[in-house]
Amino acid sequence: MTENGNNMVTIYVMGKKQSVPADLTIMKAMEYVGHQFRRGAGCRGGFCGACATVYRKKGSYKLQGALACQKIVEDGMIIAQIPFSPQEKKTYKVNELKAEASTFLEYYPEIARCLACNTCTKACPQDIMVMDYVQAALRGDIAQAAKLSFDCLGCGLCAMRCPAEIVPYNIGQLARRLESKYVEGPTEHVLKRCEEIKEGKYDADIEELKKMDKPALQQKYNTREMKIK
Amino acid sequence: MSDYKTGYPEYMQESLKLVADSRAARFGKDFIPMTPEQRQQILEKFHPDWKPAGKRTLAIGPSKGMIVPHEVADILESHPMVKPKEIDLSNVDYDVDVLIIGAGGAGMSAGLLANENGVPADKILMVQKLRLGDANSKMAQGGIQAADKSDDSPSMHYLDIIGGGHYANKPDLVEAMVRDAPDVIRWHEELGVMYDKLADGTMMEIAGGGTSRRRMHSCKDYTGLELTRVVLDEFINRGIGYVEFTCAVDLLMDDKDQVAGAVLYDLDSEEYKIVRAKSTILATGGFGRLHIQGFATTNHYGATGDGIVMAYRTGALLRDLDSTQYHPTGAAYPEQIVGQLATEKLRGRGAQPVNKNGELFVYHLEPRDIESSSYIRECYERENGIITPTGMRAVWLDTPQIEAVNGAGTIEREFAAMFRTFNKFGVDIRKEPMAVFPTLHYQNGGVEINVKTETNVPGLFCAGEVCGGVHGKNRLMGNSQLDIYVFGRRAGKAAAERAKTATVGKLTLAHLDRYDRWLDEAGIKTDRKAPLLLPEYRGQKTLEHKLKLL
Repeated sequence: MTENGNNMVTIYVMGKKQSVPADLTIMKAMEYVGHQFRRGAGCRGGFCGACATVYRKKGSYKLQGALACQKIVEDGMIIAQIPFSPQEKKTYKVNELKAEASTFLEYYPEIARCLACNTCTKACPQDIMVMDYVQAALRGDIAQAAKLSFDCLGCGLCAMRCPAEIVPYNIGQLARRLESKYVEGPTEHVLKRCEEIKEGKYDADIEELKKMDKPALQQKYNTREMKIK
Repeated sequence: MSDYKTGYPEYMQESLKLVADSRAARFGKDFIPMTPEQRQQILEKFHPDWKPAGKRTLAIGPSKGMIVPHEVADILESHPMVKPKEIDLSNVDYDVDVLIIGAGGAGMSAGLLANENGVPADKILMVQKLRLGDANSKMAQGGIQAADKSDDSPSMHYLDIIGGGHYANKPDLVEAMVRDAPDVIRWHEELGVMYDKLADGTMMEIAGGGTSRRRMHSCKDYTGLELTRVVLDEFINRGIGYVEFTCAVDLLMDDKDQVAGAVLYDLDSEEYKIVRAKSTILATGGFGRLHIQGFATTNHYGATGDGIVMAYRTGALLRDLDSTQYHPTGAAYPEQIVGQLATEKLRGRGAQPVNKNGELFVYHLEPRDIESSSYIRECYERENGIITPTGMRAVWLDTPQIEAVNGAGTIEREFAAMFRTFNKFGVDIRKEPMAVFPTLHYQNGGVEINVKTETNVPGLFCAGEVCGGVHGKNRLMGNSQLDIYVFGRRAGKAAAERAKTATVGKLTLAHLDRYDRWLDEAGIKTDRKAPLLLPEYRGQKTLEHKLKLL
């Protein structure tokens, strides 16, 4: 079917049948039929996870997950948005944590209930090995948990599907902070430069630049040495 | 993707072949950077900022006479959403020391620093139009600048910023940026941000357009995501107060001409609420969703320029709003992602911009305004661009060259976000180039602040993209992620300081009546209202038949 030169497909937005151009993302298709997002839209570019969406396709029993801004509509798609997932992020004093397996169990003991069913991984619109990072956290492999979870947007789809009621993205967040703060630690040359600035090493240079008029600054800028290779 | 052939239509294959065939010959070659004279010429001829038809003179307010894009003038020359007589100021819903409007990197870091500088968590309130952390801050891909290596210095960083900004920057603010930069990185690591490192444990740093040293720190191409989520996690750990899906629609003042809080609008219940505050921090971001001159944008859904509108009505001065940043490499194909950002880090790691014949035509790391202008020239004057199926002109960004330079696997490892997005829409950027064209990216100007983020209106602080002066007329890559944390932290500290002694008088919205008078006196007859809060993308058919019954 075409309309105004567009190929059209039929989708069901929370059950309501709609005809939309076939090349739209779920997000743009919903706007096309009149939704103005308040919840369920964010960066519109695959970076924030605000537009978590579940859908089934005609003739399929499978419930699939996607980000509405990153998925093109398909004919027969039945769509519901899940822009919020109830969860309690545990609060902690980051300076008092220990980089070990017991930290995960202390704050999120439910990870011990992981059935290793891999449903979380299948639900992830970022194709992250969610179960693997939860398991890594469980055995105290912080580096692995941090690395595997790195691309997580926290959209919540994994948490909504987990039969053990784990909230994987909280585990990933904790793992990454532990990895950076305790396993990798601060970077020497950054600390050194902070000290140098505090001691006033660059004060005179900056003061000189601030005092320059535009032609002098231009001259200095246009002849500055480029060391970027 | 083993059966991957091409993500592009048949008619583009000839050009793609020229790009692939010229790749080896272009390896290791850079186009010659422009001279200062050439740069000025190309800006004047091709940069959208230099089109007089796109702008007009602001007719009212403290910065009357300033030339701004029509879209900006439209929101500034608009009536307030609320009528003062409809708002009951005697019933205060939230009474706090520090109010923060906007929950991106600037707002959240302001909250943390206000807390560390003596304001109890329950005397801070953050209001956010969408979700906590939903902001352009989260979308930054390429990185954050800080001069922390031995061959670099804060003064070199200073020179790059001010030259890149065409010497229009406010020197004190530039100084604050470069002095604080290494400490921002230190702070991030202390909080638990995972920056990319080299095998020896030092920071992996690359160059960006207009930088004279390699000082771009990154977290793959999810830099903004990683920074934002760590700061957000810490924000929640501290128990600082916040309300989501609640917009500020105007600032409150008191009878001492101070800013003293805000009128909020709850997006769920549609009721208004009153927050009284001793210090108010605007961290509302920029105006990308105004689609200046019809450009597509990289920006977040909420980037509707609300902050400049609210600040201006209280009498705050604006600056440099004549200048808008167009990022050189916005996606031009596939249609679903037109306008979205293709990070500058791609060029930093070896991707070359080439024309339809596979030829280099510009140095790949010119400052953004120059780089963008040269893409526009290549497409519209020299007619060496490609044309997408929807009729958009574009140039190629030859991403496969990244792996030729740095080895196979580099793209998946360092550009996970780019690789993932293009893959979802059918293009494998390891094997084929991206089609790109400049896209509206950043509000260079905004509310004028000093190094403590104070505005000329007592009680009002601003941090991040809502401000002007830091970047002059053109921002360099990696300096907005820096900006939000430098000035966000400063705002938190300064707002806390003020809250120790400030007292709030009788609340008033008289400044909104005054604003309506200014519109009248300038002869502006309009039913426009601002701030916009959300952009309008609903289908034409819906809007034509829209009724407001409930």
